[in-house]
Amino acid sequence: MNAVEVEGLVHDYPARRGTPARRALDGVSLAVAAGEVFGLLGPNGGGKSTLFRILSTCFPPTAGRASVFGRDLIADPAAARPLLGVVFQSPSLDARLTVRENLLHGGRLYGLSGAALRARAAEMLERYRLRERTDDLAGALSGGLRRRVELAKSLLHRPRVILLDEPSAGLDPAARQDLWEHLLELRREGASILAATHLMDEGDRCGRVAILDRGRVVALGAPAALRAEIGGDVITVESDDAAALAAEIERRFALRPAVYGRILRLEKAAGHAFIPALVEAFPGRIKTVSLARPSLEDVFLHRAGRRFSDAEEAA
Amino acid sequence: MRLAWLTAATLWRRELTRFARDRARVIGALAPPIVFWFLIGSGLGDAVRVPGAAGGLTYLQYFYAGTLELIVLFTSVFSTISIIEDRREGFLQAVLVAPAPRLAVAAGKVLGAATVGLLQGLSFLVFAPAAGLHPGAEGWALAALALTLSSIGLTGLGFCIAWLLDSTQGFHAVMNLFLIPMWMLSGALFPAAGAPGWLKTVIALNPVSYGVSALQRALLPAHAAASGAAAAPLSLAVLAAFAAAALAAAGAVASRRD
Repeated sequence: MNAVEVEGLVHDYPARRGTPARRALDGVSLAVAAGEVFGLLGPNGGGKSTLFRILSTCFPPTAGRASVFGRDLIADPAAARPLLGVVFQSPSLDARLTVRENLLHGGRLYGLSGAALRARAAEMLERYRLRERTDDLAGALSGGLRRRVELAKSLLHRPRVILLDEPSAGLDPAARQDLWEHLLELRREGASILAATHLMDEGDRCGRVAILDRGRVVALGAPAALRAEIGGDVITVESDDAAALAAEIERRFALRPAVYGRILRLEKAAGHAFIPALVEAFPGRIKTVSLARPSLEDVFLHRAGRRFSDAEEAA
Repeated sequence: MRLAWLTAATLWRRELTRFARDRARVIGALAPPIVFWFLIGSGLGDAVRVPGAAGGLTYLQYFYAGTLELIVLFTSVFSTISIIEDRREGFLQAVLVAPAPRLAVAAGKVLGAATVGLLQGLSFLVFAPAAGLHPGAEGWALAALALTLSSIGLTGLGFCIAWLLDSTQGFHAVMNLFLIPMWMLSGALFPAAGAPGWLKTVIALNPVSYGVSALQRALLPAHAAASGAAAAPLSLAVLAAFAAAALAAAGAVASRRD
């Protein structure tokens, strides 16, 4: 049985105070297998936050079906909630409570109490290396520590599905690394993980990803498989007369570069061998040239037909 | 059922812990009403004639009950206004995706905040003798009961308002246009007995009036009837109904799925 199943999900935000009605999800279907680490990628405004909130049972969608281990989370959210551990992007800790108090309050909301709750909280404090900060107020912690408390709190009741929204927001690279190692460890223990993130490179840490743009799934699959769709390497050229250069490249090499302002982008197998020919063909007209293996951002571009950074700006 | 109890109890406790740690809030809800009491009470002392005050009742004494009700109102507003932001980016968002029943969530929050309001009210009530008010044992009990029920009612009302709004500015507007006038038109500032007929009707329809009436019955047993305060049993009955209705409404708005 799949951990998460979403079918034909549509969500409309009604018009209010000057902002017109908006369709945030436009027929999204996907499934997260049990024990999988699944990434929900896409630019801000692409629909992943809406999908995250629907899966967290914050609100029901306009149409479509969604379930967690077969429990319908739209018709009967109360049945699905005990299976979910939700880690929000904005802190859900009470800054005026201590680390331990936050855990205890969090645990009771899932039916834990008494000695069992205290023992479980102590275990989590140990595991998340928070023991020395147990009696500190949550408001006094650094971003990385707070995220750890957040995680400890959300996982007290041993959820089978862990939902994370922008898990590395506000974390430094070391804390990010730490977090992902930890998520993989949880997966080894049997949890299924769904992480929504607008950092495309985080998608590479996932077993499979869905890329959302304008409310639709534009790509779905293992990161390596998605990248392999792109023919070879990605060559990026910076030039002051990019448009003219593109036309000439097309004529000479039978390639069709995409133009974004002063940037040209082309996909070519064995790109390293092609670059010398390219640079020699247009002496003085190329300012920089770079070669890269295709990234998930390239996949986005390929499938959504626009650059990821442009989509971010448009949002 | 067990989960409902755990949820309500843990949220109730959270309110008290936060209250104990937040001195600014304690002072913020307590100081303005006391300052109003002293300044308005002293300033209007001779200007307002309290009917039935022949027995030497000063305006400061009359205004004491109204000030207690204002403390309760301010505390409930301070406690519930945070719900607006807490729901989308704070502690409450995690509460709302937990399996806890929403009615229990509302009850825990409202009763916790109401307990805080009660404690704030009691901390001013104990100084009544210093203002020359000497309620008997029965009077103290009546006052405490009135504070408790008023607190639950007003906090429940604040909870509903906060839940339905999406900005704290909106809450301030509601407070100025709706909550403060409710307090003003409750017999807190001036006795109902001297008011024109239409105002008497407004006061009689206002649930806050019954909190003020019960407190006046407790603190000014000799004068309350003449100044137009409702009888104690009626006041308590209306307050109890108001508290129950506010609590039920809080549970209902929190159960909406949006």
